[in-house]
Amino acid sequence: MKQVNHRKLGKNILRLSLVILLAFSTSLSAQEGDPANGKSLFNANCAACHKLDKKMTGPALRNVEQRLSDDEGLDREWLHSWIRNSSSMIKAGDAYANKIFNEYGGAAMTAFPQLSDQDINDILAYTAEEAPAAPVGVQAVVADGGGSDGSSMSNKIILGALTVLFALLAMALVLVRQTLNRFAEAKGVDVSETKGTPIWKAFIQNQFLVLVSVIILLLASGYFVYGYFMQVGVDQGYQPVQPIHYSHKIHAGDNGIDCKYCHSSARVSKHSGIPSLNVCMNCHKSIYEVSPETATEEYSKEFYDGEIKKLYAAVGWDDAEQKYTGETQPVKWVRIHNLPDFAYFNHSQHVSVAGIECQTCHGPVEEMEIMYQHASLTMGWCINCHRETNVKVEDNAYYTKIHEELSKKYGVDKLTAAQMGGLECGKCHY
Amino acid sequence: MSSNKKYWKSVEELNENSSIVETLKQNEFVEEIPTDEFLGNKESLESSKTTRRDFLKYVGFSTAAASLAACEGPVVKSIPYVVQPEEITPGVANYYATTIADGYDYASVLVKTREGRPIKIENNTLAATNGHANARVNASVLGLYDSMRIQGPMKAGEPISWSEFDAEVGQKLASVSSSGKAIVLLTQTYASPSTSKLVSEFKAKFGNVRHVQYDAISESAALDAYEANYGERGLANYDFAKAMTIVSFGADFLGDWQGGGFDSGYAKNKIPTNGKMSRHIQFESNMSLTGANADKRVSLTPSQQKVALAKLYSAVVGGSVSGELPQHIEEAVQKAASQLKKAGSKGVVVTGIQDVNAQTVVLAINSHLNSQAFDPETPIKIRQGNDKEVMTLVADMKAGKVGAILMSGVNPLYTLPNAGDFSEGLKQTDLSVAFTMKADETALETEYQAAVPHYLESWGDVELKKGHFALTQPTIRPLFDTRQFQETLLKLTDNNLSYHDYLKQTWTASILGNTSFSQALHDGMYVSGSAAADAMQTTTTSTTSEEDKKTWVGGIIEDVAEGVGLKDKEDSATTTTTTSNSVAAAPVAISAGDAARKLGATATSNGLELALYSKTAMGDGQQANNPWLQEMPDPITRTTWDNYVTVSQADAKELGIKNWHVADGGLNGSVVELAVNGVTVTAPVIIQPGQAKGSIGLAFGYGRRAGLKEEMQTGVNAYPLYMDFNPTPGNVSLTVVGGEHEFACVQLHNTLMGRGDIIKETTLEIFNTKDKKHWNAIPVVSLNHQETPVTSPEVDLWDEFDRSIGHHFNLSIDLNACTGCGACVIACHAENNVPVVGKEEIRRSRDMHWLRIDRYYSSEDTFAGDNSKKEETKGLAIIDAFDEMETAAANPQVAFQPVMCQHCNHAPCETVCPVAATSHGRQGQNHMAYNRCVGTRYCANNCPYKVRRFNWFLYNKNDEFDYHMNDDLGRMVLNPDVTVRSRGVMEKCSMCIQKTQKTILDAKRDGRVIKDGEFQTACSAACGSGAMVFGDVNDKDSQVAKLKEDNRMYHLLEHVGTKPNVMYHTKVRNTTEA
Repeated sequence: MKQVNHRKLGKNILRLSLVILLAFSTSLSAQEGDPANGKSLFNANCAACHKLDKKMTGPALRNVEQRLSDDEGLDREWLHSWIRNSSSMIKAGDAYANKIFNEYGGAAMTAFPQLSDQDINDILAYTAEEAPAAPVGVQAVVADGGGSDGSSMSNKIILGALTVLFALLAMALVLVRQTLNRFAEAKGVDVSETKGTPIWKAFIQNQFLVLVSVIILLLASGYFVYGYFMQVGVDQGYQPVQPIHYSHKIHAGDNGIDCKYCHSSARVSKHSGIPSLNVCMNCHKSIYEVSPETATEEYSKEFYDGEIKKLYAAVGWDDAEQKYTGETQPVKWVRIHNLPDFAYFNHSQHVSVAGIECQTCHGPVEEMEIMYQHASLTMGWCINCHRETNVKVEDNAYYTKIHEELSKKYGVDKLTAAQMGGLECGKCHY
Repeated sequence: MSSNKKYWKSVEELNENSSIVETLKQNEFVEEIPTDEFLGNKESLESSKTTRRDFLKYVGFSTAAASLAACEGPVVKSIPYVVQPEEITPGVANYYATTIADGYDYASVLVKTREGRPIKIENNTLAATNGHANARVNASVLGLYDSMRIQGPMKAGEPISWSEFDAEVGQKLASVSSSGKAIVLLTQTYASPSTSKLVSEFKAKFGNVRHVQYDAISESAALDAYEANYGERGLANYDFAKAMTIVSFGADFLGDWQGGGFDSGYAKNKIPTNGKMSRHIQFESNMSLTGANADKRVSLTPSQQKVALAKLYSAVVGGSVSGELPQHIEEAVQKAASQLKKAGSKGVVVTGIQDVNAQTVVLAINSHLNSQAFDPETPIKIRQGNDKEVMTLVADMKAGKVGAILMSGVNPLYTLPNAGDFSEGLKQTDLSVAFTMKADETALETEYQAAVPHYLESWGDVELKKGHFALTQPTIRPLFDTRQFQETLLKLTDNNLSYHDYLKQTWTASILGNTSFSQALHDGMYVSGSAAADAMQTTTTSTTSEEDKKTWVGGIIEDVAEGVGLKDKEDSATTTTTTSNSVAAAPVAISAGDAARKLGATATSNGLELALYSKTAMGDGQQANNPWLQEMPDPITRTTWDNYVTVSQADAKELGIKNWHVADGGLNGSVVELAVNGVTVTAPVIIQPGQAKGSIGLAFGYGRRAGLKEEMQTGVNAYPLYMDFNPTPGNVSLTVVGGEHEFACVQLHNTLMGRGDIIKETTLEIFNTKDKKHWNAIPVVSLNHQETPVTSPEVDLWDEFDRSIGHHFNLSIDLNACTGCGACVIACHAENNVPVVGKEEIRRSRDMHWLRIDRYYSSEDTFAGDNSKKEETKGLAIIDAFDEMETAAANPQVAFQPVMCQHCNHAPCETVCPVAATSHGRQGQNHMAYNRCVGTRYCANNCPYKVRRFNWFLYNKNDEFDYHMNDDLGRMVLNPDVTVRSRGVMEKCSMCIQKTQKTILDAKRDGRVIKDGEFQTACSAACGSGAMVFGDVNDKDSQVAKLKEDNRMYHLLEHVGTKPNVMYHTKVRNTTEA
């Protein structure tokens, strides 16, 4: 609770500072361009290769106009023609154009002839804005300064008070009893109770009860022992700590990336495949940090950014220089779903042929911050599904004949996987 | 008729009064099982301190401890690629076409790789130029993961770097070159256009370079004869699919004769179609695979073979020859001649006699017959070795004339008969380099050992036959710091190209016409039809012909003549003149008539004659460290892990040689000392039915000691007896020495138990003229006093399940087409992770082969009459009767029968399993759930076919079984789709359910119907002769469904009523003599 409050507070401060900044900067560059429009244009056209403060496919663009005129003596006109058609400038032999071209590995910048002068001016205005003050510091200050921490503490106090109360009550009862006994003694009343047979003796004497309870005891212990042994090797809920904190929630949930984009071999192979690191780099070449909104109370932005750094270290990506160093360090993931060697499971059979959603077996992966084993992965679990699931025969010429014959034989419209032979031992054990 | 024939598995069984056979009929074991050995005696049991209660405590405690310990699962790591190669999807196999060319085996193959690891060799159906992959080629993938490979270049046993190696060798070569001494390249037959080109560039750079090609088992005489007659150094090419009458004199053409690869064509005409099939007559001394498949086999000594060949020549072509042959052989030769003449161009004669005269005579007969099977256009190029040059080299080395020797693909210190001389010569060289994968006999004595990659890690090309070019491409990055021989040659000739680029250049420049290199690489093969390739051909021959010119025929004739004790004065005079005249000339064609006369004059040897041969499993011995091959039973003797002297029964009796069975069913044999021209070898003996009297056999390829795991150091080395490259030396003396040898033989594990109809056999005549019930009768039982076939549902104890829906797999095995080559056995090992158990365990009948090829002998004329005669004979006359039977055994007929799990629809194993670990699938396969099995072995006991195998031990990661599954490298060959079984579970053939399931899944994913031929098992895919056909019988148009309706079809032990899904086709022999 407390942290949520703080985050909101921090956000508010952030918003506030942004508004102030915006207002300030707008007034500065009003005559030249509109930074708000520039921002949207920048995000639409430039952001794939440029960031304001960080070198990416192309150079960092913060204050690019100022920098160019200071360092190279190039004016806005140069920038206009460069943005509209850089390759013709390179061909024409412009010195700085060629220098940039070579510095960034000979990759020509996409031409934007559709941008008007005003558009470019707007973009340049946006790039000329001051970098926003780091919100981290603000947050930290607020976190330090914040005092009140209400509810959780008060819960404890209430509980403590209750405990004290109950203890007092118990003491009072004992005291009352002692007092009453003393009164009785004083009055000569005999308070000693008539001693009947104690309950345990009565129990032992009743042989029937003993028998029944022994049987119940045995059955119960049998049940629990059996239950204990049956869960040996069943790792439902197994949630190991992984070398890189990879959040399926962020990728599959928040960003809606299709499972099979990364686990592509699930379509054709028995393995779903842990994606190789080059697949990660398809996106993470440009996503070098998470947005502040991604951070949660549990995992800060720094934490997530650190995890992306781990990926860079593993794949050998030098983020500052924007190039691969060649020094790789394969990631040793901890395997979560472990089928025994004697069971054969093929992803493509289920994913491509049967068209089963990944979530059917793997659970709500898109909500999992840390991946865990959702299903029990026992044979009973497999078989149960095979009994209940209909085979997807539509538009599959393979099934046409066998489905027709089998459905006639069993007198059903839709065949289950079991009726198709999916319960035979040898289909999975060889 | 067929079922009345008596079959027997060992000589012992013919011995009716043998107590062993009697006992085995009643009991499983000959003697009481020595339980005392493991239980100890009563006294020690009673005096033991551990009481029964204590024992139970220990058991209870350890069980509890074990189950508690099992509660924590291990943490499994999963490491993905950093950058995943585009063509690799984990879990999906890739196939690459490549070519093996190891100097002995040459074949165009497909390599199955999983996650970048080659795991299996398959036939390249796109380019079957050299037949199919034999057992050794199938097993060669394991050689890649051999833990004994040397892992980098070495100098006198110490690792050095390749740059040091290049510098030192280059410098030494330069100094040798300037000193005027010879530089010698001693290599295997590469038959590689690119390598030839490289060698000529190497010659141009250093000058005074000699390239000597050396085949461990030489075909030099055949090469010389062919060269003399056709002007090109090659081996005569035959296509047996075009021959209806085949006469062979000692040519094991279903084995390794001329590099093998003839069985596919041969098998085509062995299947009777329209009442016709080929007739094959084999004249040979050892019982070979080819002789075992022959319709008629005549056993005779090697020297008699020469005379017989000469007589055949005179009968077919004309001209008179001298020479005497025993009456029955003479008759057989005349009959063969008349059949050949009748067959005309449909006839063919082949010979394996390493004698220029014999080879010339055969070429003459074939061209006289105008044989269609003989193809002089495309000679086989995969043997180029030249005996004479090798011998000259050894002499030169001894004389100190050789300054440097670079050896690649050869192991002369093991394979040369005069290895001692070679070793001496090696010491006199200034530089000796062995390009080798192993620290083998030769590498140990050379100065440098240059580690070379396995063929699955190399580039290369081979001209298998004239105009038939095959490419070798790497299927994995080199596992070790190795560099192939050609790369080193490129470095030494200061060429900066990689061998891949060099190869590509050579191919695009002079081999490929309009085809692209990528296409050729994809196919693995390029057959030229254009003139461009012919031009290439001439250039390669001209580069080698310089040395070839030094070849001459005379010397060989002289050697052979001496070897067999021929050589009268006149002959020696003529050969000597030839010698002196033709030193620099090309081989001179000898007139076939003269050759035949010389052959006819061959004197039969006084002593025994030795016939050296190569075994199906081991070949020339370069794969001796391959446990699959060591454990593969010899098709004839069914013996594993050994080589041995084979002798005939008659000779054995004379010399006092014995084979006997001991308590556990193992076979023991006498040990003999073999002396040939002063060289002695001590070896065990197996009495071989069908071995020609007066001859003995011994296999090459065994007895290696260097660079092998201890378990693989088996057998004796036969190469020292291979003097002057004569595989059939005469005047051999054999003396029994003390001691006995324990064989690991899978032959007499069980007798036939009176179930003689397991194999059905008939003759072509009966097959053509009589009704099916005469030669392939379905057994009947009595139902209401009516004879009812056992296949009828009325007499069935079991309910029939409906199997008409979906797939129903059947495997068909044609006993006529099966040659017993064993490729399927190794393919099954590779596909199904079948463990190797070692010699000791095999001897205890604990072999794990899922697929065995049973070999049955039948006495040629032992039909019903003989059986009753035996029973009727009383008193002393029985001795004569047994003698007769022994003569019958002197030359038995042989039948091969591959047996694997029969996947019975009414399976006896399924009903007895207490835990339902084995059950039946709708698709006809008998499933085996290993994880469910508790190891009662009831199923194995109840199996009428004895195909179930029990894991007596843990065969992987167990130092007691130090084979490939015990090291990380060797385990890379395991098929990831098949469970590796643990101790205490039963296993058996699964009908490759992983393959059928994959085929089904692929079709489902593509949404299509499965075509006939898509379903394959490992064995049916490996079978090159077409004997094994696998498929879905519910697909009425499939080949296997048609085969099921064939008249020759029968099931194994049909009367048991198991309704197997494996079917056999009655063997038909063409016994028509005229």
